[in-house]
Amino acid sequence: MSGESATRITPGNALRPEDVAERVAGGVKVGEDVGEYALRLGDDALILAQRLGWWISRAPELEEDVALGNIALDLLGHARSFLTYAGSAWGKTEDDLAYWRGEPEFRSCFLVEQPNGDFGKTIARQLVFSIFQHELYSRLVDSADETIAAISAKALKEVDYHRDHAIQWTIRLGDGTEESKRRIQAGLDSVWPYVAELFQDDDLIERLGGVAARPSEMREPFDALMAQVLDEAGLELPDVQPAMTGGRGGKHSEHLGYILAEMQVIAREHPGATW
Amino acid sequence: MATSDQTAMGTSDKTPATEIGHTPEKAPWPLWEVFVRSSRGLSHVHAGSLHAPDADMAVRNARDLYTRRNEGVSLWVVPASSIVASDPDAKGEFFESPKGKDYRHATYYKKSEGVKHL
Repeated sequence: MSGESATRITPGNALRPEDVAERVAGGVKVGEDVGEYALRLGDDALILAQRLGWWISRAPELEEDVALGNIALDLLGHARSFLTYAGSAWGKTEDDLAYWRGEPEFRSCFLVEQPNGDFGKTIARQLVFSIFQHELYSRLVDSADETIAAISAKALKEVDYHRDHAIQWTIRLGDGTEESKRRIQAGLDSVWPYVAELFQDDDLIERLGGVAARPSEMREPFDALMAQVLDEAGLELPDVQPAMTGGRGGKHSEHLGYILAEMQVIAREHPGATW
Repeated sequence: MATSDQTAMGTSDKTPATEIGHTPEKAPWPLWEVFVRSSRGLSHVHAGSLHAPDADMAVRNARDLYTRRNEGVSLWVVPASSIVASDPDAKGEFFESPKGKDYRHATYYKKSEGVKHL
């Protein structure tokens, strides 16, 4: 799709953000539609990474600090690769996109912006997002865009672990004490209104054809695995209405502004600083 | 092993978990010893220890803590309580007896004449 590439990257190789930057520097340029799609992928990962990073030093146990920190860093890696690639559509770097865009220019979904809450809510959000992201990347490894396919192949192995981590904890909290069950159930109920947005098709998806994965097609396998996990954990599938959303079009919940303020302040205070 | 009850609970009063409800009773997670095999053909070597609520989570925590820089291809975790150790106060009786017993080493012996492949 993107023509001859400067470097040969096959899905399965451990592709680093630096390799994507090298490709971009070598003249690989994406169209605005592919760029826009890569922004969605990158922004979801970036905002969730920022959210999860908060847990470091605050998780219930030191070991869990490290687990959530690892997941956050994996997601940051996905974000760096996707944003580097997206940026080539507009001559921007990953840092330009992460630190210098305003709230309406972000394409992340509402789910990843949701507050961490307690450990139960964070695990509920992780469960939803990692199952979704696993379905997504499993399809994108066959994307007609070879860079998106390569980034997804690298990311899929990591998300496989994120999903396992979330499932293991959901089962333990659901099947644990009365209190842990109440908390994970409350967490699921509070994030569930933001599930529907993940599976909405729109014009961009139609235009991209084989480059993108069709969100609506991922709902069924998502529901199937979710039902299986909740059943094993003894939890109820939330029965709540979808919230008003619009992250893909730049509308966001009240939380994103605060996340960006914290994430961007240093870069904006010291433009171009290196260390 | 003496530190098994020192968990990361020191900051727990700042987590949202305790802001919302009552302070739950917290029993520390048990301690597990971690063994990592760095490549095929080598033995598992003791790498350290960690806390985890059960065996499955212990393997996952071990993966996060001890193989994050490509250190291993296989992991074992063992409940620290299952390890039976020698008594550190009995070092003398336990480990000093072989000292001076040179005849337990191959180098003690002279090669007999005419032995070619030793």
